[in-house]
Amino acid sequence: MSLDALYQEIILEHNRRPRNSREMTDATARVDQHNPLCGDELTLWVRLGDDGTLDDASFKASGCAISRASASLMTSAVKGKSRAEALELGEKFRELVTGKLDPVAAKGELGSLVALGGVSRFPQRVKCASMAWHALREALGDAG
Amino acid sequence: MSARREDFPLLVNNPGLHYLDSAATSQKPRAVLDAMRDYYERDNANPHRGAYDLSARATERYHDARVRIAKFIGLQDSDCLVFTRGTTEALNLVATAWGGANVQPGDEIVVTGLEHHANFVPWQQLARAKGASLRICPVTTDGRIDLEQLKGMLGERTRVVAFSHVSNALGTINPVTEIARAAHAVGALAICDGAQGTPHLPVSFDALGLDAYAFSGHKMCGPMGIGGLAATRALLESMPPYQFGGDMIEIVGDERSTWNALPHKFEAGTPNVADAIGLAAACEYLDGIGMAQVRTHELALLGRAQDALLAIDGVTVYGPGVNDRSGVLSFTLEGVHPHDLATILDQQGVCIRAGHHCAQPLMRRLAVPATARASFYVYSTEEDVAALAAGVARAKEIFSNF
Repeated sequence: MSLDALYQEIILEHNRRPRNSREMTDATARVDQHNPLCGDELTLWVRLGDDGTLDDASFKASGCAISRASASLMTSAVKGKSRAEALELGEKFRELVTGKLDPVAAKGELGSLVALGGVSRFPQRVKCASMAWHALREALGDAG
Repeated sequence: MSARREDFPLLVNNPGLHYLDSAATSQKPRAVLDAMRDYYERDNANPHRGAYDLSARATERYHDARVRIAKFIGLQDSDCLVFTRGTTEALNLVATAWGGANVQPGDEIVVTGLEHHANFVPWQQLARAKGASLRICPVTTDGRIDLEQLKGMLGERTRVVAFSHVSNALGTINPVTEIARAAHAVGALAICDGAQGTPHLPVSFDALGLDAYAFSGHKMCGPMGIGGLAATRALLESMPPYQFGGDMIEIVGDERSTWNALPHKFEAGTPNVADAIGLAAACEYLDGIGMAQVRTHELALLGRAQDALLAIDGVTVYGPGVNDRSGVLSFTLEGVHPHDLATILDQQGVCIRAGHHCAQPLMRRLAVPATARASFYVYSTEEDVAALAAGVARAKEIFSNF
């Protein structure tokens, strides 16, 4: 298991300079997530347009590099997508981080999200990578 | 140097492992594992009941284990050692049995900001159930109980002061006797969480002036699932039973029952004989090294580890100076979250804890969401310290290399 596979440059860069890391005042949904095991906290805001498009997504997080980078990459990836497309992407992402999807083969569908593929070899860190996506599902009314 | 590692089968079976999470649970020496197996292979029966020799032998071995463990913690009257699953159950026992019968609305329960959740939440819930108030003693910026403030908090409404012998998150060694004295001066009970005390420091319950002291076997080379509550006879006799069932009764009538003598009154059901025997063997093992020597060994490694980490730019160490800590090194590395640090160290075979260490009130007071914690024990070596320092340096390199 290589650390380089987990801590790819893109992850470290998103950790240091997260995109969409801001509060949103005109959000249509806000979700607070807390991992009691490690104390990580994340708040996600989304603005869903009348046509069901995710017009905006932002977050604030206190946590590890994996959870912050994942939230940064996720908010960037889902903006402009329909609700159904965003949920579908989330399903693909879940397959990626649980090792059911090959990062190289999934590059076309997942884009830069594949940088988190290395997490599949670190089972204790799958939760960190998934936290933002759990919040998104909840924000889109698909928790469960 | 690694001679003592040879006593621990897990360390022998994992040669490259640098186990630095002994504050969470210790590894077990062969002597402990052998003692438990030996009991099951030679003497196992349900104690206190059978009218046959084997059961009498199991009873005797259980009793002998209690006497041995009582001796280890400096408790002369071994009937005042109640076996529990561990510290958590022991503290819940006191909070529930004593608190349930004695705490009134308007009373005050004092805990400290340094506590593990196991010595915080039971008192918080007792206060809520009884309409009492929970007062939380502040901690100093270097992670000590603020004694002046503590003394100022105590008064005639104070019924109990619950505090730790040693902080699990920072390693702070607290002045037990002084706190006990202050509690007694206002007529309050002094209850101490000794989970991190018994593994690392010589303990003499009879000399500490406490009303009760809780501890866990698995942090002191013993098995998981056994620990105890040492208490004064006066406290134990004044408390109603905690759980009801076999072993703890004397006469069971249709309408009412009477209770067995100490310590059985608090040990309902078939006891955990094998683990008690394992814990007694752990006491024997630790006494074979000598608790003063255990302390010396840990302190030397702690000092080296702290010097090595502080030589890395961006490392902050929490808690008081090394001489006032047990073998715990709680730290952060700027720009690297403790979980990332733990993953990177894990890849090099170094096991540390990352997070809030079951001490969320303390972490809020220190204003850090999480720390990394390395903790040392009798089998820790200088190689472990070197691997820790190298791993932290590697983490820094990974996170600054882009």
